[in-house]
Amino acid sequence: MLAKRIVVALDIKDRRVVKGVRFENMRDAGDPVELASRYENEGADEIVFLDISASRENRGTIKELARDVSSSLFIPFTVGGGIRTATEARELIRNGADKIFINTAAVERKELVREISDVVGSSNTVVAIDCKFNGRHYEIYSHGGKIPRNMDAIAWAREAQNLGAGELLITSMDADGTENGYDLDLITGMIEKVSIPVIASGGAGTPEHFLEVFQAGADAALGASVFHYGKFSVSDLKKYLERRGIVVRKP
Amino acid sequence: MIAIIDLGIGNFSNVAKAVDGKVTSDPYEIEKAEKIVLPGVGSFHAVATELERLRGVLLDRIGEGVPVLGICLGMQVLTEESEEGSGKGLGVIPGRTVKLLGKRLPHIGWNSVSFEKSPPLFEGIDNNSYFYFVHTYRIKVPEELVQASSEHDGEVFPVAIKRDNIYGVQFHPEKSSENGKKLLRNFSRMEV
Repeated sequence: MLAKRIVVALDIKDRRVVKGVRFENMRDAGDPVELASRYENEGADEIVFLDISASRENRGTIKELARDVSSSLFIPFTVGGGIRTATEARELIRNGADKIFINTAAVERKELVREISDVVGSSNTVVAIDCKFNGRHYEIYSHGGKIPRNMDAIAWAREAQNLGAGELLITSMDADGTENGYDLDLITGMIEKVSIPVIASGGAGTPEHFLEVFQAGADAALGASVFHYGKFSVSDLKKYLERRGIVVRKP
Repeated sequence: MIAIIDLGIGNFSNVAKAVDGKVTSDPYEIEKAEKIVLPGVGSFHAVATELERLRGVLLDRIGEGVPVLGICLGMQVLTEESEEGSGKGLGVIPGRTVKLLGKRLPHIGWNSVSFEKSPPLFEGIDNNSYFYFVHTYRIKVPEELVQASSEHDGEVFPVAIKRDNIYGVQFHPEKSSENGKKLLRNFSRMEV
């Protein structure tokens, strides 16, 4: 049976992990390669690297990162942040990323989803959506959550699926950073309307939150600071979920 | 030397590391290889197109009995053709590649793999161990070639096959952590 996935996100700036991570005996707490391997050993099912480098020049370094990570990591990883063309997406896959995700550039020019999925394959094309509930619907924000787009997140997700997206990474900006749990209404609403896998993101603070979002139907759940700051480990989380009937991969 | 055939889009440096092989698309290297790994990322059409140039040497070597391991699309191109797109497979595995029936596709993530009697590739790996999948199409081949299977949305489909010296897996051993490394090592240590 297909297992529910625990996805660990790492923010990368100029090829370094920006938020401090708790592992003991790290030779270098900012080294994405070493950190990703640590999480693999802990039982993480997938790693997402979000490149938040400010300048375009430094974005080139994400390719090097993909190459270094892929030569030593034995679980899948996804790379995104600033991808604007099918050529850039292809380059990242060529350098070892398993999947790439696009966000702002696809909101600005929807055809990009088709262009990328035609080149790297639909299964490797993830569309990331950041959104906020505005009282009527979930409104999309682009540019790292800075600019409201007056677009409905669920409608866009359906359209992205039709354009060739193979997976969705859905971040609730209302829940993100609160550690009060995932936005279950958003995730449930999304899953009802799309047929591709959904990764839920934003709000994870306790193991219960992961349990709730999986029971709501998410295929995968993403966590960052809960793992980085050592609130609980991926392996403890998996034990917790398994005891409650959620199918997880045993490392 | 184990040759890992470079079909253009993916990066298989970690396969090379696991089997102590070499990533190449050079027909001369393939001629010398003791074993061949055929990975695949992208679409059937794109991979089949890349394969055209190497079709002769690959068919020769497979015919000589060199062990070959197809991974994901690399296994699908061992069949005759695919519903996913145009292009000819190598046709060394009778059958074709068809779309999965599941409601939620692609089939992405870690799924359990079951077998009746531990096949050689799975030596040291427990029945129902998890492997990483990412695909929308699957192979349809004669039952006697099937060595292991998985289930998604109620559909059971072959995920490991063997025909003489030809092996194939639908999942990505190179992304399946310890179990995947074991499987790749089993292939690399297999007696020729």
